[in-house]
Amino acid sequence: MADYTYTLLIPLIPLFVFLLLGLTGHKMKPLVSGLIGSTGLGISAILSYATAFKYFIGSHVAGTGYASIKGFEVSWLHLTDKLTIHLGVLIDPISVMMLVVITTVSLMVHIYSIGYMKGDPGFYRFFSFLSLFSFSMLGLVLATNIFQMYIFWELVGVSSFLLIGYYYEKPSAVAASKKAFIVTRFADLGFLIGILMLSFNTGTFDFQTLTDPNGPAIASAGGAAFMGMSVLTWSLIFIFIGGAGKSAMFPFHIWLPDAMEGPTPVSALIHAATMVVAGVYLVARLFPVYALGAPDALMVVAWVGGFSSIFAAVIACTQTDIKRVLAFSTMSQIGYMMLSLGVSGYGGEEGLGFMASNFHLFTHAMFKALLFLGAGAVIHAVHTNEIGGMGNLRKHLPITHITFLIACVTIAGIPPFSAFFSKDEILTAAFHSNKLLFAIEYIVAGLTAFYMFRLYYGIFWGKNTQYHHTPKESPLVMTIPLMILAFGSVFAGFIPFHSLVTSDGLPFETKIDWLIAIPSVLIGVLGIVVATVMYKKENTLPDKVAGTFKHLYKWAYHKFYWDEIYLFVTRKIIYRHISEPIAWFDRHVIDATMNGVAGIVQYTSYAIKGFQSGRLQQYAFVFVSGTVVLVLIFVYLV
Amino acid sequence: MVNEVMFYLIGTMILIFSVLTVTTRRILRAAVYLLFVLISTAGLYFMLNYNFLAAVQLTVYAGGIVVLIIFSILLTSHLSERAVIAPLKQSILSALATLAGATLTLMTILRFAFVPNPGVDPQFNMTDIGNSMVSYNRDGYALPFEVISILLLASMIGAIVVAKKERKIKE
Amino acid sequence: MIQNIPLSYFLVISTLMFFIGIYGFLTRRNLITMLMSIELILNSVNINFVAFNRYLYPQQLQGHFFMLIVIAVAAAESAVAIAIIINIYRNFKSVDVENVDEMKY
Repeated sequence: MADYTYTLLIPLIPLFVFLLLGLTGHKMKPLVSGLIGSTGLGISAILSYATAFKYFIGSHVAGTGYASIKGFEVSWLHLTDKLTIHLGVLIDPISVMMLVVITTVSLMVHIYSIGYMKGDPGFYRFFSFLSLFSFSMLGLVLATNIFQMYIFWELVGVSSFLLIGYYYEKPSAVAASKKAFIVTRFADLGFLIGILMLSFNTGTFDFQTLTDPNGPAIASAGGAAFMGMSVLTWSLIFIFIGGAGKSAMFPFHIWLPDAMEGPTPVSALIHAATMVVAGVYLVARLFPVYALGAPDALMVVAWVGGFSSIFAAVIACTQTDIKRVLAFSTMSQIGYMMLSLGVSGYGGEEGLGFMASNFHLFTHAMFKALLFLGAGAVIHAVHTNEIGGMGNLRKHLPITHITFLIACVTIAGIPPFSAFFSKDEILTAAFHSNKLLFAIEYIVAGLTAFYMFRLYYGIFWGKNTQYHHTPKESPLVMTIPLMILAFGSVFAGFIPFHSLVTSDGLPFETKIDWLIAIPSVLIGVLGIVVATVMYKKENTLPDKVAGTFKHLYKWAYHKFYWDEIYLFVTRKIIYRHISEPIAWFDRHVIDATMNGVAGIVQYTSYAIKGFQSGRLQQYAFVFVSGTVVLVLIFVYLV
Repeated sequence: MVNEVMFYLIGTMILIFSVLTVTTRRILRAAVYLLFVLISTAGLYFMLNYNFLAAVQLTVYAGGIVVLIIFSILLTSHLSERAVIAPLKQSILSALATLAGATLTLMTILRFAFVPNPGVDPQFNMTDIGNSMVSYNRDGYALPFEVISILLLASMIGAIVVAKKERKIKE
Repeated sequence: MIQNIPLSYFLVISTLMFFIGIYGFLTRRNLITMLMSIELILNSVNINFVAFNRYLYPQQLQGHFFMLIVIAVAAAESAVAIAIIINIYRNFKSVDVENVDEMKY
């Protein structure tokens, strides 16, 4: 068994960088802190690549599958004889893949931020938070047991809060960070309930024990039932609620568009490539339990994913802020990943969905980060987020233009770019499982191509807008990550995921099913064509279409009013009927009791204060009468 | 017979003058009444044949302490100043406490039958008392004598220090 | 001992003097009159000692010496008390006991 203890360094280096920059960063020159952050993450990235090489290629014996190995484990909290919380590192196909994804994207974002955040007063703070986030996310994917994952889950939430609220002087940013934290925290309540139910019923937190097909977890599926579903199914649904919150699935999606208040590199790192896929990772991590023990829960996962993707795609067609379009696009693509997990079976060909979901996660990280960083470059050049303020930028920002175009073509699913392969696998898995879900995803593929090219044309083609000052291409430190990510988006599709990352660790053969591939490419091309017709040159066609579908357009533009619904529920119902009575009780009963006790003490002290009057004769009087009384009692009465 | 009459007379004088001491409004008269109380007590001691003790009482108590009190009265008040009497509530309460205490004590004392010792009255002369005072045998009182001398020294020094006038600081 | 006068008569006198002294201490406002009441109390104790010595232990001298010591202590104590009263008079310009109530709540 190979020794993987060095993988402990991969999350610990960013932690150390966080502490270093957090405590002493204000003394350094900004560029130094940026370099320290990037170097730390660079070392983690190299270690991750080495681990991936070693795990997938180096120590692999041909023909056998990939087993999960515990690289390191230490017992942290010993609760009872059966229940102990460990902290450790788990090496497993999906965790190694996630290591590569997280460190690569994080490294790109670090290098990009050196240029993007230049001149910002809190430069070192940004890099320390980025390192904190990297540490948390790496700890999450390397978790050996579900409780450790929960700990890092919350840490990721905190880092996201800190980073979204980075511009803390803007009230909208502060509100957005609070919203993100509260919504995800609320979903994490479900997660915690699920963890407790699961571990109580199976007696363990550990992933290796839980996901063992012959183990106690899956056997307990036949156990106690509650309202028609087994306890295991209920616990897995609750765990999925936690995952849905972090991954911005419906109905917990409301925080993701507002989270765009953070700086663009943050959006690229957290809200495109890493944190929002934590929910997908969670389901993938517990996949054997889902697939073998609670197929009903898997059904819930699939439908939530499917609904979220079409919901987000429709809204994205009407938004005018670049980052909001990209946010809804992220939500839609994660819906793809969830759906793919939901329709998957376990083992061999059945596990196509699982493999496709992870494949799509990998490619999505590349092109979505590229899209966000490109959008950041555009925003950096023209100082506005709205499409209306941009146009004809392909002359001014050539490198950004080319890389953005590559990413758009990728997301539309055009071969031979990477997303074609991953999306095609998803569609195949959906087709073989549930035709309705396949139909939904098929439509979403078309809509994706449409709104992405709408965005592309809006930025880089179109009217010749007058700018205050001519937009300049971004400096090299910002464009190099763009180019690297573009390279990844193009060529990542050729990685043979079917032999590396599968549901049971064993490789299986897969080939492109042309019956599904060709229609999916066609609808992508159709979307691009419609977008070209409507948006390439400036014309009135979009307004006419919007006028025809007036109501649908209005509803989609306002994100189907979900924010307003949530605000109504919280203000009118929770505040007025639950919070206010409780607050009244706290102020008037509990505080009143404390104040009452203090008041009684004070009153008593005033009353007996008179004994210390300083008057000599009073003292003597008390003395004499006291003596008389005592003598009376002890001599005559006792 | 004469003894009894004398005793009753002296007893009555003691009680009346002590009541007058604590109730009169003129301070100097209170001091004088105190003097009479002390002289009557000395008379009582003479009747008991304790001449030395009576002499000491007259010298120290009547002659020293009362003079000291009169000096301090003259130092701290006008001659015609009338003492303020206590408010009514205080007088009644203290009278009650006093009466209760007195009743209790008298009841306790009178219940007990004291058996007087029928022995012969010894005559103590000064030599015996003096020898006793400085001898350190079983019957000697040398230790209390020394202790009391130290006490007197300490109180003398203390009184001087406390009553000293503050020296004015030279400018 | 005095013929026909039992011990209890002396004790009655001294008890009454004692409690008259206590009444004076509790009631009088002038510090010096309070001091005089204290002298009454001490004096009554002296009578008690002497009476007991005379009636119960005529061979021994303990009552004598105790009485001498009480007188000495009373003298010393009045001297110090008067010194303090003079000091109070200097600071408060009066010897009313109600004026010396600084040490209170």
